[in-house]
Amino acid sequence: MAMFTGVTDLVSNLNALAGGFFIVATFGIVVARQVRACLRFFILQSFFLAVSAFLLGMSPFSAHLMAVGAINLVAKVWILPWILLHMLSDEVYTRREIDQVVSIPASLIIALVLTIVACFFSLPWLRAVSAAGAPCVNIPIGLAGLFLGTYTLTARREAIPQLLGLLAMENGAFFAGIAIAPDLPLIAELALVFDLLILIFVVAILTRRVHKRIGTTTVGMLAKLREEPYK
Amino acid sequence: MSKHILFNVLQVLMVMVFSPLVIGILNRLEEIVQSKRGPDIFQPYRDLLKLFSKDEVIPEESSWIFRIAPYIVFVGPVFVALLIPVLTSYPLFWAFMADMVGAGFVLALGGFFAALAAVDTANPYGAMGASRTRMVGFLAEPTFLIVFFTVSFVADSTIPFIVQQKWVTPLSNFFEPAHILLLFAFIMLILAEKGRIPVDNPSGHFELAMIEESKGLEYSGRAAALMKWGGWMKFFVLIIIFMNVLLTPWGLASTLSFKDVLIAIPLVLLKVLAFIMFLVIIESSLAKLRLFRISEFMSTAFVIAVIAMLTSTFTH
Repeated sequence: MAMFTGVTDLVSNLNALAGGFFIVATFGIVVARQVRACLRFFILQSFFLAVSAFLLGMSPFSAHLMAVGAINLVAKVWILPWILLHMLSDEVYTRREIDQVVSIPASLIIALVLTIVACFFSLPWLRAVSAAGAPCVNIPIGLAGLFLGTYTLTARREAIPQLLGLLAMENGAFFAGIAIAPDLPLIAELALVFDLLILIFVVAILTRRVHKRIGTTTVGMLAKLREEPYK
Repeated sequence: MSKHILFNVLQVLMVMVFSPLVIGILNRLEEIVQSKRGPDIFQPYRDLLKLFSKDEVIPEESSWIFRIAPYIVFVGPVFVALLIPVLTSYPLFWAFMADMVGAGFVLALGGFFAALAAVDTANPYGAMGASRTRMVGFLAEPTFLIVFFTVSFVADSTIPFIVQQKWVTPLSNFFEPAHILLLFAFIMLILAEKGRIPVDNPSGHFELAMIEESKGLEYSGRAAALMKWGGWMKFFVLIIIFMNVLLTPWGLASTLSFKDVLIAIPLVLLKVLAFIMFLVIIESSLAKLRLFRISEFMSTAFVIAVIAMLTSTFTH
């Protein structure tokens, strides 16, 4: 029995560790200058989401969570980045985003405040349902992922990082979700992944058109309507 | 009691004797990675001997701060070596003299006086380097505090001898997110504090780009030897804190017998060597950051430390 609790301890610690790395990767999405680095951080984030799903599915064993982890691993770590990388030219990925709306150190501090706020928001809720174990880790971190994704959406000017912010939000929601509702119907998860695939296709094609038309993907600068071609 | 005092002194001797060797090995390994042969690993000892036998020149305009700074730089790490578990896993005679915050303060005192002394000589490069080191120091300060905070929160203690046991009993504690993330934050702190590559280039001799080195430009003879030796000892002490307190608290003597303590010496050196190899990989694969990117490097360390603190509240 002592051995068993030792293993459970280890699994819950590893799950918390995956949560820690998940949130660090989300910070990476918020602040990475190069679009390619941003994409790499997204892959890392999705990977740790899958790791957390696998760990939570181990004890007690849950085929649903294992399937969720596997779907994540295939769809978000492999297929989505592949589509994004191959539909847009290299130029989009190697360019640096010079003018953020907020400077990078300031963004870091704001993101940090958002994370702390997420933790404090989830605290009374966790106490109300007297949660123990995995939800105590997954819900604050998932909420923080949601907040940071939203912040990325608002603070970035490039099209791809904005899209990645949206996906980071979705990842954050899932990170919290796998702890609260481990028996979510698999069809919902599958539908969501296909939804995401369609979303990626649409956004990537749109970005491709924008890039072809005006030579840049800095959509933050497209706020004004002009008559002459964009310079 | 007498044995405790003896072992404590032995710890100081270990830090004094082996810190130049560690630097020698580090320099040699880095040159080998760059396909060069590199200096002998005992070269730092020869440098010290040479500097100790030379005459000292002191600028006329300098004050007492310039003369006293090398001694403070030298004594700081010696003092800290009394407080941390270098060889034994149980608290020694002077272990409760100061906690981690105190040790950090004593280490920072050396840097503070070195910076003052660099300004004291009115050498423009000295003042420039001093202001840059202070900049890195200020940016590192909040991270240091959060790291101490988290460690003492998790371990219920701020005495390094007691903290080291918490991470491995039971072994699953090792994988606590707070622990692993703290390790990352602490490595970044060591790199910044000792001016290693992503922050500063320790082998660069171009005054305009210097951060850490420029503080000792005006020193010669015995004072230069003390400054160098003190810097190496500080590096050694930081590695010991990282390995013995945070990462691998194994291989230390747990009994009062002499034999165990003597066996611990090569084991600890082996751990330090492992860290050096890791450092060589970091330094050979990264480029030096521009000065104004250092704030981003340090804020990354800060974010990681704060996340460690937050996750430690979830798991306790």
